[in-house]
Amino acid sequence: MKFAVIVFPGSNCDHDAYHAATHVLGQSAELIWHKETDLKGADFVILPGGFAHGDYLRTGAMARFSPIMREVKVFAERGGPVLGICNGFQILLEAGLLPGAMLRNRGLKYRCEHVYVRVEQTDTPVTAGAHVGQVLRIPIGHGEGNYYAPPDVLDKLEANRQVVFRYTTADGRLDDEANPNGSVHAIAGICNQQRNVVGMMPHPERAAEPALGCVDGLVILESIVKAFATA
Amino acid sequence: MRARVFVTLKPSVFDPQGRTIAEALHSLGYAGVEDVRQGKYFELDLATTEEAQAKALASEVADKLLANPVIESYRIEVG
Repeated sequence: MKFAVIVFPGSNCDHDAYHAATHVLGQSAELIWHKETDLKGADFVILPGGFAHGDYLRTGAMARFSPIMREVKVFAERGGPVLGICNGFQILLEAGLLPGAMLRNRGLKYRCEHVYVRVEQTDTPVTAGAHVGQVLRIPIGHGEGNYYAPPDVLDKLEANRQVVFRYTTADGRLDDEANPNGSVHAIAGICNQQRNVVGMMPHPERAAEPALGCVDGLVILESIVKAFATA
Repeated sequence: MRARVFVTLKPSVFDPQGRTIAEALHSLGYAGVEDVRQGKYFELDLATTEEAQAKALASEVADKLLANPVIESYRIEVG
């Protein structure tokens, strides 16, 4: 399968995602500059982490208007799988491909550490190889990951099983202490109603090889290949 | 004509920065400052000299880019 990794000015996890797709997963991948207007036959689109457009105004606020985002939107509307990681998640929110918004972390600090997230749903392209309740240890690195949605949207997210990952303790318990940023309902990742677009704050590509100290991110990356093979 | 756009978090949305500033003011002895909400302020220099046009244009760009309607609301002054 072929991955497209979108590169915005200020993306800084684009090469990590490219490396994970090619060297770790053994698939083909192409870096695509945000001013391009063609996804070049990709089967899966990754919006990587970083600080697109310097995070000026709001995280993801200007990236949503990049020319390539029109193609990403069309691709997603046709059912194509899209994963936004960290800044990529923030861009998906601003672009309206996922509901809600990000606020400054509750403690105002930029949090860069390993956290535990619990897999809540397995019928998405990034969790197809996981099991419900599985706890993954994956790093985060963000100042604005405090997920917010108004109560009616939150109710819909829960009713439609769109919360894909939640911050928990190592043994999978919800605990306010385990929530690094104050996200409502301890949300670390969500999907759209069609379940093909997923956004998550933790970085699976930073936990995909023993040399990185943790391989739990592989569960997510390998799910992508598995979901594609069985689609 | 100049338009001024004030963007603030909606009252229902927690503002961690405003809260921290309020606590700092309290620790400086300003007990009379009950709460602080932090926001953003934009000055737009517009080609038009029509007030109605200026207002319409300012709210269009506020809706499109300056504010995120999920968490923020805005107020516009022109002239």
